[in-house]
Amino acid sequence: MKSHLWTGLKLTFIMVAVTMVAYPLFIRAVAALAVPGHGNGQEVWKDGRLVGFRQVGQSFTWDRYFTGRPSAVNYNAAGSGASNLGPLNPDLLRAVLQRADTLMAHNPGLPLSGIPADLLTASGSGLDPDISPQAALVQVPRIARVRNLPPSVLAGLVNRCTTPPLAGCLGPATVNVLELNLMLDRMK
Amino acid sequence: MNTEMIGIMVIVGLTFAMALPLGKYIAKVYLGQPTFLDFLSPIENCFYKICGIHPNREMDWKSQLRAFLGLNLIWFLLGMGVLMLQGSLFLNPDHNPSMSPDLAFNTAVSFISNTNLQHYSGESGASYLSQLVLVFFQFVSAACGIAACVLVFQAMTTRVAGKLGNFYRYFMLTITRILLPLSIVLALILSFRGVPMTFRGKQTLITLQGDTTRVSRGPAAAMIAIQQLGTNGGGFYGANAAHPLENPDYLTNALECISILLIPVALIFALGFFPDAKGLSRMIFFVMLAGFLILAVPAIYFELHGNPALTHSGISPGQGNMEGKEVRFGAGASALWGVMTTVTSNGSVNSMHDSFMPLSGMTEMMGMMVNCFFGGVGVGFLNFYIYMIIAVFISGLMVGRTPELVGKKIEAREMKIASIIALLHPFLILCAAALAVHADLSRHITGWLTNPGYHGFSEMLYEYSSASANNGSEFGGINANTPFWNISDGMVMIFSRYLPIIGPVAIAGLLAGKKRVPESAGTLRTDSGTFGLMVLAVIVIIAALSFFPALSLGPVAEHFTLYR
Repeated sequence: MKSHLWTGLKLTFIMVAVTMVAYPLFIRAVAALAVPGHGNGQEVWKDGRLVGFRQVGQSFTWDRYFTGRPSAVNYNAAGSGASNLGPLNPDLLRAVLQRADTLMAHNPGLPLSGIPADLLTASGSGLDPDISPQAALVQVPRIARVRNLPPSVLAGLVNRCTTPPLAGCLGPATVNVLELNLMLDRMK
Repeated sequence: MNTEMIGIMVIVGLTFAMALPLGKYIAKVYLGQPTFLDFLSPIENCFYKICGIHPNREMDWKSQLRAFLGLNLIWFLLGMGVLMLQGSLFLNPDHNPSMSPDLAFNTAVSFISNTNLQHYSGESGASYLSQLVLVFFQFVSAACGIAACVLVFQAMTTRVAGKLGNFYRYFMLTITRILLPLSIVLALILSFRGVPMTFRGKQTLITLQGDTTRVSRGPAAAMIAIQQLGTNGGGFYGANAAHPLENPDYLTNALECISILLIPVALIFALGFFPDAKGLSRMIFFVMLAGFLILAVPAIYFELHGNPALTHSGISPGQGNMEGKEVRFGAGASALWGVMTTVTSNGSVNSMHDSFMPLSGMTEMMGMMVNCFFGGVGVGFLNFYIYMIIAVFISGLMVGRTPELVGKKIEAREMKIASIIALLHPFLILCAAALAVHADLSRHITGWLTNPGYHGFSEMLYEYSSASANNGSEFGGINANTPFWNISDGMVMIFSRYLPIIGPVAIAGLLAGKKRVPESAGTLRTDSGTFGLMVLAVIVIIAALSFFPALSLGPVAEHFTLYR
């Protein structure tokens, strides 16, 4: 056993050098040299100011912006998390109906059955950057009213901001909320 | 057919399509045949020399196990040390605090045992140094499992009695020839798709709407690659692969999902390239595939059909059950991941299992309770091997023949070991869960569970299933960072990691020492479909008999309340 421990100690030392030092440093080096954004995340700038990361969702509560997914951690990007409410938990139903009420109050004319589920349920990470195209389209009348823009133009904008399924046929279509709202700001 | 379903099928199809050539390559690596990575052998030889390892020296099974346990003891001490001191060590730009002893114990055990149950949140609970130590554990724990598995392959297929090979050689080759090259490829693809790989700390910024927020980054890409490939599952961020920086789009999701199942499947294919094991490999593959599909199909069905409790209130079920899920994956691919990560002992999640429909949560628990429908890298096969021995024994008794497995007689000693190992898993899960329920009810320790009623019980049952299956996923609503859970989970993980490796290696070692019985008309064929069904029946009977009562108190009761 003693000889195994001594061998093991040396082997551990080598494996630390390979997998804990060399491997991450190699990936880091390639990321720093070749990856857009240098491995620091895809930064989004507006008027010379860092306003977010493309892939990290942020909270939009103003009527003039498209709203994203509800978040159990209030879009805390330093502490991701979900509600973890079970399907039968009364708190889940309460939270969902409350969100529906808020949405219907801000979007008059939107029926309960017309609200896509992604606007009512909290995401897995609390930082979901996307909503479904449907969820963006149901908000168009509100934005049109607040911003005084024709709905057809906004619908076109949502269309342009929609990422189609991968290779046209794999997985759902998505709309990046931060990107959409940036484009929206640029329209004026 | 909608794009979600096509996506799921492409992911599953690609997994098996990629596992076949990988399996062939893996077999070549261990059988010492030439491969395109042979230019690495001078480096490996240099490592062997430094460590004093003679890679071609035969080790008996006891010596192999000593090597394995010695390494794990060293890693445990290293892990405890770093995690308890991380607050005052280097590479800690966010000034995260050191772990408490019980949390460090849980985390160290969890990572050396390939479980990766995380009672901390990566953003605030681990320094970058700790994360890198955990990356090291993710490599070596996976390599230990694969090395033990290859040992058993070797023992089963060798014609020379007692020839098992060398644990250190298997371990080294697993890292240099399999895990490291695959991880480099995957980590590079991930970082090109936007997964951070940086040593900078959190970025403070003001959002478009004017809120101040801090964004965690870190050397994530390196970890995520090995986390998926080594069936580790321990993510960089608290939300694991649901976090958009850990899994930014559908492509990364597909690749990570494939990586979860890739090596476990490839190892089964690899067995087929060992001498005379083609039929055996085929039988094992189809049994595992059947088990996987039996669990995956209902989970996908229920997640795509939404939550009836919400539908009754007038909410559209169109997108499926989206609570705890991300839009870019959709409900279907999230359910597929949920099953893939639990049938293998991976445990990374791209959606929150706590919010799954009751029966999809149950299929996930069943994946962990059976723990050999592909299973963890290496150890999945070892668990299956135990079931195979039991099946051989039972069928031998049924037809009145001496039970043999690949020409070796199964006798009382092997059967005793196999029975103990097969019963250990339900014993640990059920006893620990009973203890937790007792503690919860009698001592009124509140604040453990997020959900009331049946689902609260499921949270506790899931926690120990995950610990005992060395899985690492959780019903996240459980507040498990308490001394009770840290220590009890830690103990469960230790027993359920080491005994199910020691047992099969011991059996294989004992069998390898026996004379090969020539095949005759009286031999029970272990590569036939009939025997496959027999193994499946044994698995179902053991799992169903031991776990059905507990499952009916949790997910089954919840299902009938929900779908009343």
